[in-house]
Amino acid sequence: MTARRITSRPWFLVAPGLLAIAFLVVPLAALLLESPWGSFAAIVTTPTALEALRLSAVTSVAATAIAAVIGIPLAWLLAREVLPGTRALRALVIVPLLLPPVVSGVALLAAFGRRGLVGGPLYDAFGIQFPFSTAGVVLAETFVAMPFLIITLEGAFRSLDRRFEDAAVTLGASSWTVFRRITLPLIVPSIIAGGVLCWARALGEFGATITFAGNLPGVTQTMPLAVYTALESDRDVAIALSVLLLALSVTVLVALRGHYLRAARP
Amino acid sequence: MRRNRFITVGAVAIAMTATMIVGSGVSTAAPARPQGIIVVSAAASLTDVLPVIAAGFEKRYPGTSVCFNFGGSPQLVEQVNAGAPVDVLATASESSMAKAVAARSVSRPLLFAKNSMAIAMPPGNRANVTSLRSQQDPAVKTAACAPAVPCGVAAAALFTLNRVTVKPVTLELDVRSVLGKVMADEVDAGIVYVTDVRAAGRKVSSIAIPASQNVTTTYPIAIVTSAPNPVGAAAFVSYVRYTTSAQGILRAYGFAKPW
Repeated sequence: MTARRITSRPWFLVAPGLLAIAFLVVPLAALLLESPWGSFAAIVTTPTALEALRLSAVTSVAATAIAAVIGIPLAWLLAREVLPGTRALRALVIVPLLLPPVVSGVALLAAFGRRGLVGGPLYDAFGIQFPFSTAGVVLAETFVAMPFLIITLEGAFRSLDRRFEDAAVTLGASSWTVFRRITLPLIVPSIIAGGVLCWARALGEFGATITFAGNLPGVTQTMPLAVYTALESDRDVAIALSVLLLALSVTVLVALRGHYLRAARP
Repeated sequence: MRRNRFITVGAVAIAMTATMIVGSGVSTAAPARPQGIIVVSAAASLTDVLPVIAAGFEKRYPGTSVCFNFGGSPQLVEQVNAGAPVDVLATASESSMAKAVAARSVSRPLLFAKNSMAIAMPPGNRANVTSLRSQQDPAVKTAACAPAVPCGVAAAALFTLNRVTVKPVTLELDVRSVLGKVMADEVDAGIVYVTDVRAAGRKVSSIAIPASQNVTTTYPIAIVTSAPNPVGAAAFVSYVRYTTSAQGILRAYGFAKPW
């Protein structure tokens, strides 16, 4: 340890830092204080709430799975700069991360809507329609959440010590064996870290979902949409559902953080 | 101080209302002229008509500027009840407004317009929707408002009145979202207000519903109790409710008289 331990607490860092804590924590505390604890259990076990919860669980997990299946390979392609124009590609695939979700919804409609670029032919040929279906929700969530997985894993692939892979190749392992037995196991912590980020983003998805997939209980009404809909009729229900969603995401993040996220640090 | 200002506002509102009802050209020496920005939270179905009315208002009261916050009525009420800095609230149903009155967020709402329902279809009507009855077919994808918002209450009442069982594929949170889904050709039919059909022009086809089989909703408008611009709010509310110019524009956009 060569650096001296910093014992001073410069006010110009402490004061804004404390303000940031207050800003981030006060709304959550207010939510908990406003929560109708007396009727909480009754509210979160109504059929609408349970359906929304089930739908959120199913769609966010499905979106994360799809993101893993196609996102991990893309992260590898970007990290190893296999494709021409990798820089431009990298910028392009994280655009959904920066887009306002409602814009993502409009873009998805243009592509996969009933009159869309891809959705039009699909509908005319097979009668397949993504909007207003659970598949549409998964599509919207995957679109906005996958970039989180990709950027996390691209970093992991980049910082990977490639000598392990090279050694395996010299020992005669096929590229599939190398990827499966060497590369993947080495980046498991990052897969989990990126997966959790991706899942949390999918769970919270609202704008693209309501724009692209609509709002129908049991089919496309996920938890965030249920909260927004409840706000139109009963604020207590909206707050109770929000608290539930908050508890759910905090629990999962804390549980996984303890086990994996710390290990993901390079 | 605050109470004084409030009394003045009330007096101005009454004076203005009186002038407008009488409709004479005599200008009253009002202690305060409406001026500055007036923020109006209004139901989504008023999206097209209110800005036109506001343009006339701004011309009549130079120095005023009307800004709009359009959305589903219950959400607007929720915002106002939570203390949003809004001057005027206009909802698409009396029951929505009643929640603002109960919370003392607004006082003495005035009814200023009435609306009824229509079926909107994408141009071409490829699903061959001919009546509410044809929407019972699950192959006919219908969009309607959520039961929480006035247009959803009206849609549900419409289905009940006509003894049809329609299962919408989406329950939108304001009527303009339903109209949007229809215009985008993502659904085969949408239950909207007659005024929405008129506003959409040739972007939608439509089926009128006879008055005997139709349901209506009435629109109240009110001054927000904690309005940052109470004088402007009072003037705007009176203008919308009482002037022939505002009421004429409402008729032109398809709204009926509520009285």
